[in-house]
Order: sequence, then structure tokens, then C-alpha cells
Amino acid sequence: MDNLPLHVFIISSIVKILIIAHLLIIGVMAMIWSERRVSGWMQDRLGPNRVGPQGLLQPIADGIKFLFKEDLIPNHVDKPLYVLAPVMLLVPAMIAIAVVPFGSSMTILGHEIPLQIADINIGILYILAITSLGVYGVVIGAWASNNKYSLLGGLRSSAQMISYELTLGLAIIGVLMLTDLPDEILTKLGDDEVNPLSLRHIAYAQGVHSWNILVHFPAFLAFTTAMFAETNRLPFDLAEAEQELVAGYHTEYSSMKFAIFFMAEYMNMIVGSAVVVTLFLGGWHFFGLEAIGGPFWSGVISFAILFVKTGVFLFVFIWVRWTLPRFRYDQLMNFGWKFLLPVALTSIVVTGTLYIATNGNRLWIGIGNVVAAFIVVAIVAGMLAMDNNSKSAVQSTPAAAPLRGLDAVE
Amino acid sequence: MNPEMILFFIFGAVSLIGAIAVISFRHPIYSALSLIVTFFAQAGLFVLLGAHFVAAVQVIVYAGAIMVLFLFVIMLLNLGTLSAKGALTGKLKGVAIVLGILLAVQGIYIAVNALKNTALQDAEAATETVTTYTIGELLFSKYLLPFEVTSLILLAALIGVIVLVKRENQTEN
Amino acid sequence: MQLGLEYYLVLSALLFTIGVIGVLIRRNAIIIFMCIELMLNAANLAFVAISRNLGDPDGQLFVFFVMAVAAAEVAIGLAIIVSVFKHRETINVDEVNSLKG
Repeated sequence: MDNLPLHVFIISSIVKILIIAHLLIIGVMAMIWSERRVSGWMQDRLGPNRVGPQGLLQPIADGIKFLFKEDLIPNHVDKPLYVLAPVMLLVPAMIAIAVVPFGSSMTILGHEIPLQIADINIGILYILAITSLGVYGVVIGAWASNNKYSLLGGLRSSAQMISYELTLGLAIIGVLMLTDLPDEILTKLGDDEVNPLSLRHIAYAQGVHSWNILVHFPAFLAFTTAMFAETNRLPFDLAEAEQELVAGYHTEYSSMKFAIFFMAEYMNMIVGSAVVVTLFLGGWHFFGLEAIGGPFWSGVISFAILFVKTGVFLFVFIWVRWTLPRFRYDQLMNFGWKFLLPVALTSIVVTGTLYIATNGNRLWIGIGNVVAAFIVVAIVAGMLAMDNNSKSAVQSTPAAAPLRGLDAVE
Repeated sequence: MNPEMILFFIFGAVSLIGAIAVISFRHPIYSALSLIVTFFAQAGLFVLLGAHFVAAVQVIVYAGAIMVLFLFVIMLLNLGTLSAKGALTGKLKGVAIVLGILLAVQGIYIAVNALKNTALQDAEAATETVTTYTIGELLFSKYLLPFEVTSLILLAALIGVIVLVKRENQTEN
Repeated sequence: MQLGLEYYLVLSALLFTIGVIGVLIRRNAIIIFMCIELMLNAANLAFVAISRNLGDPDGQLFVFFVMAVAAAEVAIGLAIIVSVFKHRETINVDEVNSLKG
């Protein structure tokens, strides 16, 4: 695959980038529509259904509305940063998709083209690095707005994102440890040795062995939860909690700038879902369905499988949003540091130990992971309960919760 | 002009401009953002040097964690208004610039001249990209002790920060 | 075909110098701190460049240790700056010149 002629490489790369970038934008529009329709369905009402069939054209109408609204820049803002902030949120969301494989490979005109924009050898680290940049858009936007609600939202969100990033990184280590490929697939891919950091290899490995969710179930839960927190969605949307902070970091934004914040949030969700699907849910594999058809059609089918899986996962995003209430700030920090982080760390220890002890038997590793996660959660919960009992007499009321954002540095 | 040279000049120029911006902006927030730009350009240079893993870690650690802490503190203390006056000291400025130029000349002189005669220059064998595997292997064999000591340093820092901050809370309450 | 080591070392020297100048002329403790990070990064660049030239990955490992130490240093340093600010209402290093709290 690496031996594509230069012109084929350049042309195929450009085509892939164009397709994926447009799919992302169309995906955002589809998400806006489905979020409103699904929430309507969940609350036993209709949702938007006037513009076009089933309200399908509603996102376009929204977009036009945003475009024609006055692009207001308030007087008290820090203008350069105020303008820059939405872009700083959007760009990381868009470029993170570059290393996510969206299918196996497709043979066009005799060239076998991998369905991935760039297979760099630090793949998953690139995604972690890029997602960690998303926080700047929020923080800078919040600060530049020069508004105390925005600032509080920004402070909360930066503390939240830093805390949950750790879980995000640690939860995937178990997956990386168990990624290996038989030689025939490696020769097919044109690589000398397996590179567990490459998302492509991770996806192929799940076709050979079982899906990672079966082996690393606690890590999957921790990763998904941290992903929810990174995208600032309910139940983790403290950065924009309307009851407390008006609209958080984008209070001062209007028109297209606000729309960009909105788009970035949905793009983050789409990219996040694609990453979760690739890491844990088997990527483009679906019980052999991806191998049906010739070298051309199997590529198309694998792409379709990944697309559907991502769509299902996005539905989970919406489902969670309209089901769970928002965390309080101290609950959020407690949950991240005292539950998710230990679970992620346990998954590393257990996976590594059992890999040696059982000679890489995935069944035992899977069982061990779940059992260990239960034990850890039970221990932490027990300790927290004891702690609460001992100091409940002097416990302060959570009335100051909205300002707890400042506690993180005090 | 080979591609590496073009990219080197782009990244090098960006990192220098970013670095100069760090010390010349009056507002700490702008300085912090310029520093992030510099770190990015340096990550690009690391990629050019075949150190992909270091580049990723550079972005994760510096841009993703350290600079967020900086921004956090700047925003929390709301330093903008305080530091606007007296941001530069007049008396040291001249000395600093002279010293700086001397240091730069010295560094460049050493870099350009001294290397011509040493074995460094004729190590022509263009190294392959250092893989993560190599780094991990070295980290857990040859550099195991420094690695463990690093974790102790981080633990010490963690406890240090908690101690610094906890006492503040109690005296205030 | 690869770019000579001198290019990287000159760039590293320039970045280091800018860091030094920043420490000397700025009075804001946070910016001084950033300049220290800049100097550490310049050293990292030199490490990686020489590591490639020698064909020896050890230089890259030192970069990790530098980064780990830098992270620890930033955490402690910012905590100190925050507590200094709470006591003195300033982080201008010229005004924080007595050992008394």
C-alpha cells in the first residue's frame, strides 16, 4: 500500500480529504436535525417538521438564519482573540479525523488505496494531542468575552478537560498492549512489524481477534465517558450550564461565530464516535460482512459498516444527553479522579498482568478486567461513603457549587 | 532546496517569531498563545528530525497540559490590568540586549565552527525514524532508574503543590 | 539527503537567547516562567537534532526527562506564583523582594 505512485497518492489523498471534510459538515447538519427530532421523540413531542419532508431541511434553514444575523462584536471584548476562538475550536475538531481509518482498502484502476487520509506511525497519540487542543478554543473564547459567566464557564471547562484527558489516554493503553497481527495481514499491509499506535492496525487486529469492547469493557466505559466530557455534552456540559452561567463560554457570541462553536461541538462528537468505533467496536468489521464483494465493493461495504456504527454511537450521545441530568461541579471532579482514573489504571495493570500470566488468553483478560473494575469501584465507593459519614456533621451545603470552578487551583 | 530545508525554514521562522512575541507582548495571555505557537513549530521540527513520538508528546505535554495551566493561572489572577504598567524594566534592558546578542553570537559560533571538526559532522548515516518501540525499550532497560526517579519527581511535585495550596486554604478560613 | 546539524543548533541557540533576554527584561513572573520553558525547549531541540546526527535515540529520551521535570516545575512554580499573588497582590518580581511573607 505504501508503494502507490506519487500522482496516485496525491490525487487519492485530495479526493479522500474532500470526501471526509464534506461528510463531516453534512454529518453536523444531520446531527442537528436528528438531535432535535430524537429529543422530540424522547419527550413525546414532534420536533421540527415544517421545513422540508420530516423537517429535513431545518439545519439549512438554521444555517441561513445564522448567516443573515448581524455579526456582532461587543465593545468590551478582546477583539483578536474573540474572533480567533471559534476557529481554534473548529480546526482541531476537523483535523483529528485525518488518522481515523474509514474503511479497509479499495482497489481503483489497479491501485489499492487505503481508506484513511494519513496512516502516521503515532496515530492514536496524534488524536490525543489534537483533542487536547480543543480546550483552547473554549478558554480563549471565554476569556476574550470579558464576561464573568463566560470566564467561569471557561475555567470549569479547562479543569474538566485536563482531568478527563488523563482517563482518555490511560484507557487506551490496554488496547494498545493487546494489538497484534498475524504475518499475512502485515505483508498485505506492507508493514514489517505491528505498530499498536496505528489506528489501522488496531482496526485490523479486531478483525483477527475479537472486538476490543469484549476484552476491555471497563476501559471502553471509561474512554466513552471521558469522550463525553471532552465534547462538553450533557451530563458534562458545566461549561455552558444555562441555569448557572447563561450560556457559558459562548454567551457573548452571535451569528456565524456562535454557529461555528455549535458545529465544532457536533464535529467533536462525530470524530469521537469514529474513534471509539475504531478502537473498541471493531472498526469496519461486522462478522465477515466487510469481506463480501470484490476488492472494490468490500471497500465500499467496510466504509458503510463504519458509517452505520458511528451513526449508532452518535445516537447514544443524543440518548444520554436527553436522559441524564447535569453533574454538579464537585461531583464531576470526584467522578473523574476517583472513579474513572482508577478504572483506567486498573485496566492497564490487569491487562498487563494477565497477558503474562495466561499467555495472552483474551477470555481471561476480559473477565479479569471486568472483575477488577468492579472491585476498584466498590473500594472507592466504600471509602467515599466512610469519608462522608465521618465528616457529615461539619459538611457544608453545596450552595456554593457554581463557584467551585475556582477550587481546582486553590 | 530540498523539502526538509523548506519546512525547516518555515517551522524555524514560526518558532522564532513566536518566541520573540512571547517576550514582547504586554499581555500575558498573548504571550502564552505565542508560546503555544512556538511549541507547535518545534513539534514540526521534531517530526522533521524523525522524532515523531517526541513531537506528539511535545504537543500533549506542553501545548495540551502545561500551557493550559498557564492560561488558567493568568485568567484566574486576571493579570492583564496589573502587569500593563512596569512590564519592562528600563535599567536592565540595555544590559539584557547586549548580553543576549553576545550569547547568540557565541552559540552560533560554537554551532557553526566547532562542529566542522568533530565526529558529529561525518555521521552521515541518515538515521531512520526512531520508533516508539525503540524508545519504550530504552526507557525500560537502559534508563529504568532515571525513569523511576522521574516518577518520584512528579510525585514530589504533586505533594508539593497540595501542601502549598492546602495551607493557604486553612489560614484563609 | 538531510539538513545539516548546524541549522538546528543555530535555531536552538537563537531560541535559547530569546528566552534569556525575556528573563532579563520582563518583570512579570509568569512571563519569566514562560521564558524558562522556552529555554528548556531550545535545549530539547538541540538534543533531538544531535540524537539524529549520531544515530542514537538516547537524546530523545533525555527530552522526555526534560519534559517530565518541566511539567513538575510548572505545577510547583504556578502554585508558588498563585500563593505569592494572594499575599502580595502582585507578581512583579521587582516588588517581591523580601523574604518576609
